[in-house]
Amino acid sequence: MYKIIVIGGGHAGSEACLASARLGHKTLLVTGNIDLIASMPCNPSVGGPAKGIVVREIDALGGEMAKNADKTQIQMRLLNISKGPAVRALRAQSDKVLYSSTMKETILNQDNLDVKEAYVKHLYLEENQIKGIILESGEIIKSETVILTTGTYMEAKVLLGSDVRNEGPMKQKASNGLSEQLRSLGFKTTRLKTGTPPRVDTSTIDFSQTEIHEGDKVIRHFSFDKSRVYDVEKQWPCHLTYTSKETHDVIMNNLHKSSMYGGEVEGVGPRYCPSIEDKYVRFKDKPRHQIFLEPESTSLNETYVQGLSTSMPKDVQKKMIQSLPGLKQAKIIKYGYAIEYDAIDPRVLYPTLESKDYQNLYFGGQVNGTSGYEEAACQGLMASINAVMKLEDKEPLILKRNEAYIGVLIDDLVTKGVKDPYRLLTSRAEYRLLLRHDNADIRLREHGRRIGLLDDKVYREYKKKQQQIIEIKETLEIYDLYPNEKTNKRLNKLGTTDINNKTTLYKLLRRPEISIELFTEFLELDKYSEDALEQAEIDIKYEGYIKKAKKQAKKMLKMEDHRIPRDIDYNKIHNLALEAKEKLKQIKPLTIGQASRISGVNPADVSILVVYLKGKYNS
Amino acid sequence: MNNETIVAISTAIGQGAISIVRLSGDQAIEIVNKFFPEKDLKNVSSHTVHYGHIVQNNQHIDEVMLTIFRSPKSFTTEDIVEINCHGGVFVASKILELMLEGGAISAKPGEFTERAFLNGRIDLTQAEAVMDIIEASSDLSLSLANKGLDGIIYNLITDLRSELLDIIAQIEVNIDYPEYDDVEVLTNDVLKPAISLLVKEIAQILEKAKVGKVIREGIKTAIIGRPNVGKSSLLNALLREDKAIVTEIQGTTRDIVEGQINIGGVILNLIDTAGIRQSQDKIERIGIDKAKAVIHDAQLVLFVIDNNAALTDDDKKLLKLTQHKKRIVIINKSDLDQELDVEFETSVQVSALNKTGIDKLEQKIKDMFLAGSINIGDQTYLSNARHIQKLKETKKALLDSIGSIHKAMPVDMVEIDLKDAWTLLGDIIGDNSSTALLDELFSKFCLGK
Repeated sequence: MYKIIVIGGGHAGSEACLASARLGHKTLLVTGNIDLIASMPCNPSVGGPAKGIVVREIDALGGEMAKNADKTQIQMRLLNISKGPAVRALRAQSDKVLYSSTMKETILNQDNLDVKEAYVKHLYLEENQIKGIILESGEIIKSETVILTTGTYMEAKVLLGSDVRNEGPMKQKASNGLSEQLRSLGFKTTRLKTGTPPRVDTSTIDFSQTEIHEGDKVIRHFSFDKSRVYDVEKQWPCHLTYTSKETHDVIMNNLHKSSMYGGEVEGVGPRYCPSIEDKYVRFKDKPRHQIFLEPESTSLNETYVQGLSTSMPKDVQKKMIQSLPGLKQAKIIKYGYAIEYDAIDPRVLYPTLESKDYQNLYFGGQVNGTSGYEEAACQGLMASINAVMKLEDKEPLILKRNEAYIGVLIDDLVTKGVKDPYRLLTSRAEYRLLLRHDNADIRLREHGRRIGLLDDKVYREYKKKQQQIIEIKETLEIYDLYPNEKTNKRLNKLGTTDINNKTTLYKLLRRPEISIELFTEFLELDKYSEDALEQAEIDIKYEGYIKKAKKQAKKMLKMEDHRIPRDIDYNKIHNLALEAKEKLKQIKPLTIGQASRISGVNPADVSILVVYLKGKYNS
Repeated sequence: MNNETIVAISTAIGQGAISIVRLSGDQAIEIVNKFFPEKDLKNVSSHTVHYGHIVQNNQHIDEVMLTIFRSPKSFTTEDIVEINCHGGVFVASKILELMLEGGAISAKPGEFTERAFLNGRIDLTQAEAVMDIIEASSDLSLSLANKGLDGIIYNLITDLRSELLDIIAQIEVNIDYPEYDDVEVLTNDVLKPAISLLVKEIAQILEKAKVGKVIREGIKTAIIGRPNVGKSSLLNALLREDKAIVTEIQGTTRDIVEGQINIGGVILNLIDTAGIRQSQDKIERIGIDKAKAVIHDAQLVLFVIDNNAALTDDDKKLLKLTQHKKRIVIINKSDLDQELDVEFETSVQVSALNKTGIDKLEQKIKDMFLAGSINIGDQTYLSNARHIQKLKETKKALLDSIGSIHKAMPVDMVEIDLKDAWTLLGDIIGDNSSTALLDELFSKFCLGK
């Protein structure tokens, strides 16, 4: 008998099975193909805006994705450096073959964790309670908890022009039966769609007609463990090209042949990563679109054509590819396709990702309607952590919107639901200045420690960093500068203007042209880590703004502290609008804050709810 | 909780020929029905009027007209009964008492409006406008309040918000898709003019709001002058001219407003005029310090001076004290020979005794405070203090964001203040949801992964 069974070995399933096993609970991972554990069926990269910060957060909590990405990257870039600390995010080009095999090794070597190659037909229930799974072979495997991370496999259909096949990504068998059972158990499922572009033979591309994009010339890490080093000169480049007039004509002349526009697709596609035919239809005025050429792996001669996601038939795809500058002679190795699959309506879940109606059944990843590896991974981790907390009778881990992008993501899912595949965007976070790349550890290490996923060494390092940040700030605060000729001369040398009044290094750091490294002129800063210096600098430089963001968050937290009792009867609140009443009954928000974020629940409804609760529970 | 039936006397107590007792809630019709034997109200249609008597223990309390409004087509969206009874304190209070006995509860101040708001019948600005209408003390302020009720304030703020949203959406797209060429690269050079334009618009609204405030709240006015220049006869002339009532009211502000006069739609709140009506020598009696305090508090000083006498030392002292205030020098006793040998920038010749020149004074006051335009019809004035405060904060947040641009701060710092501004504007109209941001994001830009 297992404590936890994880169905599906993608990015969500990998995090889920590792977390529970590491926390000492006997875990089984069931996956259709062991060799496709943590595979990358879409772009060969990890991170990017918002997503990169999620990877950091996963690391801070004790998850695996950051470490795996560090081990298998072939190019690293910190994005948005000029746009400020809140939106900086790391992006890696991954060796997709290595990424998958490395994660597989980690899982196969993990104690407490068994892996079984099989398809799950049904959940196994006794008296309406989740008690395990039933495989397609008929075998029943029992467990206390089941985490469902089936990704895009439930009732999957692959579409390539008018060619429609009942299969999952990469010619894998679809998972049939589960979603039907879920519906019979009362879950609402929706049909979603996503797609992927063609891959071409790298040796057939003329890169001289494209722009080169290289990795950063300093070593970067997703993980807070920075022990891995690599040669920055040996990173693999990406290349940029554009669609042409010819591409436009090929697409518009063949639009009816696309699965999407030919009527074969019923699923709703992601707004934030549309297919190329979508882009041409919706944005007719744009003369050209960007196309990135990304290497898939050091061991494959394949290039991923980012931006050309499509469900056109093969002959049209070929014409499209050959219309791109630099790809006139390009040979397609794998054609692009669209995939349709069943996802559940995530509003049936608590913020712990546990089903409201079926105890001990958790959902994570694309099955909840998200898109993207990082979004999936963090949900797998959170579902598993909360499953374990429940098994151990401990407080669940619900991250708040001002605490982590993971908190924003899960709150959005369980509160608002999804209409199209949900992609995490920087703009979805209201308090992004607090949710930075550099401070993910400061935000989340204590949680990771409580959960038990951090060892002593990691925790001590975090404490040390925290201590150093305090020390650096204090040191700068007590270092006085007096407006005399000598000081001003030194300041001019640093590229800044005179001071007219007595000031401190702390205050001087607020000048945009001043950075903390310049202070080595004044102080011994070598004894502090780079990370501690960087974060102290951000804290000081943007202190006023961070305070404002905290003030904004405080307003939200006040609503968040206002809890709604689970036994509330919305039928008894007469003045609520009908739509609001239905939504509240369905979503069962835990706090007034969560209630206020439900679409269809207006500010007036929230006022009524607050007034009602005040009257009922205060007197 | 919320569906209890409330009752209140909705007209001013003790004034007027009729009074209205109003009930709102599920039980409103049922409760009134208990005391209205002539007709069964349970099945009468909405928006109908019924004649009869309010009766208690077979005793007629009053002859009344009832108006029935059925949910949801009423002000509060609940069932409403309005009982039109005879005026005077006793009858209305008696009927109120009966309704309370019948099961209604006493309405809190503003509760009818609050219910209308909570039930989604009106938005926050409209609710506030209802309050403004109730408190309106002149035709102009009533017209202003009505504009709030029409949702014009809502539209004004919504327009500002959508301009701001454009700016924010631009920034966010730029952050989310740093490599996408589709989005205009947002240097602060692009942001600054857009934000500055918004600041300019808000500044104009605030400038106009000063006029709105004057119309709504009146102008704190001090009538100043040395003894025997004719302050009290001037006041009497103003009063008679407009048949206005001088009321003794405790002002809602920290100042004591001692009288209110309505000059062609503009309200003058007279401060510390105690001495005037007793036609005593105020300055002498209260001393120069007190005069200073009065002058300090006043938004307008009506400085009365004698045409028939040369400027005295007291005059000069007072003129100096008031030189930085909005001031109209009233040269009184224009019917007598001119002995005065000084000219003033803003002055009018008046004979309080013969009531001449008063119309000129009125025009001067209007010119000074309404900037020549009191045509409420085609202008939107923000007059609610809460709105003005929030809008001032919005302007400050926007200026802060421009400050950040000047300090070469990264764009996400600039955005913090823009988001603050967005929330503040949302506070005005009671609507704060952030989903609008994403919709904007998507509708305007082509995005790819």
